[in-house]
Amino acid sequence: MTHGLTVENLSFRYGAKTVLDDVSFTVQNGRFCALLGPNGAGKSTLIALLTRLLVSSQGTISVAGHDLRREPRKALGKLGIVFQQSTLDLSLSVRQNLAYFAALQGIPKTEVPGRIDVALDRLDMRKRADEKARVLNGGHRRRTELARALLHDPQVLLLDEPTVGLDAAARQGITEHVHDLITTGLCVLWATHLTDEVRDEDDLLVLDQGRILHRGLAGQSRGDHTLQDWFLSLTGTSA
Amino acid sequence: MTAFLRVTQAIIGREFLRFVHQRERFIAALVRPVVWLLIFAAGFRAALGLSIIPPYQTNITYETYIVPGLCAMVLLFNGMQSSLSLVYDREMGSMRLLLTSPFPRWWLLICRLIGATLISILQVYTFLAIAAAAGIVLPAWGYVAVLPSLFLSGLMLGAIGLLLSSLIKQLENFAGVMNFVIFPMFFLSSALYPLWHMTESSPLLGYICGLNPFTHAVELIRFSLYLQVNWGALLWVAGSTVVFCALALWGYDPARGLMKRKT
Repeated sequence: MTHGLTVENLSFRYGAKTVLDDVSFTVQNGRFCALLGPNGAGKSTLIALLTRLLVSSQGTISVAGHDLRREPRKALGKLGIVFQQSTLDLSLSVRQNLAYFAALQGIPKTEVPGRIDVALDRLDMRKRADEKARVLNGGHRRRTELARALLHDPQVLLLDEPTVGLDAAARQGITEHVHDLITTGLCVLWATHLTDEVRDEDDLLVLDQGRILHRGLAGQSRGDHTLQDWFLSLTGTSA
Repeated sequence: MTAFLRVTQAIIGREFLRFVHQRERFIAALVRPVVWLLIFAAGFRAALGLSIIPPYQTNITYETYIVPGLCAMVLLFNGMQSSLSLVYDREMGSMRLLLTSPFPRWWLLICRLIGATLISILQVYTFLAIAAAAGIVLPAWGYVAVLPSLFLSGLMLGAIGLLLSSLIKQLENFAGVMNFVIFPMFFLSSALYPLWHMTESSPLLGYICGLNPFTHAVELIRFSLYLQVNWGALLWVAGSTVVFCALALWGYDPARGLMKRKT
């Protein structure tokens, strides 16, 4: 049960510019890992590499024990993703969005309705199943995306700044819900620049200018300071 | 295998749903060729003499001549518009959903291409029905025989669009490329005038028209509508489909392709 997510010596360049430089880290199953970094730190590039939207020739990525380069289908099948930008089809209902995703994941047709109900119940979205995504508010859209990302029972959940654009209540709701998910053994990597989304017991990775500046437990890392102050002093920039 | 069929069905089904939800796009796509057929052709026929060239065996009206070209025009605009929606999709994020599916990426993109082509064919048949209602009736079996040609030509033009969408970063850039691709492709072809007409005016332009894959798509469709096979056009279109599909898939390959520049 130690598989989770492993990244070793990962580097990436856009032309001459190094965006990620020798990044290595591990997130164990049942752990919530916050990837904290200021804007432009390389978080989105890292997420793109972890989801195989980009591929780097330097370094390795392993998802639930499957090497993303050698076994991309197996690795992607174990991955749940919530992108920063909404990926819902607004003209489709919540249920249709989830059913489309289920097909993209190869979930057998007979299992789809049941899985959708379970996923929507988990996020308290069942009563909105037949509403068009277009009429949902930002918080409900995010919940739909989270329900969708869990539909195929992934072992690793990646979230790229999932609370961007949400009001305080919706932000808190999503953050709490994802923290609760790790009790099921799920491995979570949560990319953010907002320190109040990180709990003391969370694993913490600080990424700045493409390099891992710090890794450790959030509570131990910040010591007597607030996480915000500690983060600012570490990166020398505003979060 | 069942899972592959399921994903195919889902992607094509989504294309149809998108089509149902965008009826105005359907109408706009039909207005264009209908305007050409009923207005442009009326003004142009006096200026352009047509000789009897294959596959025609008698004198034909100018309207009859341009129908295959306008069918190809529907495929061309739809192929490009479908790619425009790919650029839009990618900006909006739902393309990411497709590209992070565990199924092979080439398969996902081909499914999308097939879905978009089927929608285009539906529009071509609607256009042919309008043309028939306006009195331009083609051989009855021609409506059936043209189907494979429409499919192959639609795939080729969709693949060109897919390749373009992999090259383009922003939606705004796409509009510019549309102008530099659609109009030259359309006007440097046999859609509106026979190639000999063009060659008579300018041998160079005639030569370029002969190299344009769109010309061969038009001729493939034209001959099929009259229950004949233009083998040269078929080979040209089939070859171009393979080449453009390969290039488009390369464009979307995360390791080697051009997506590298823009995520």
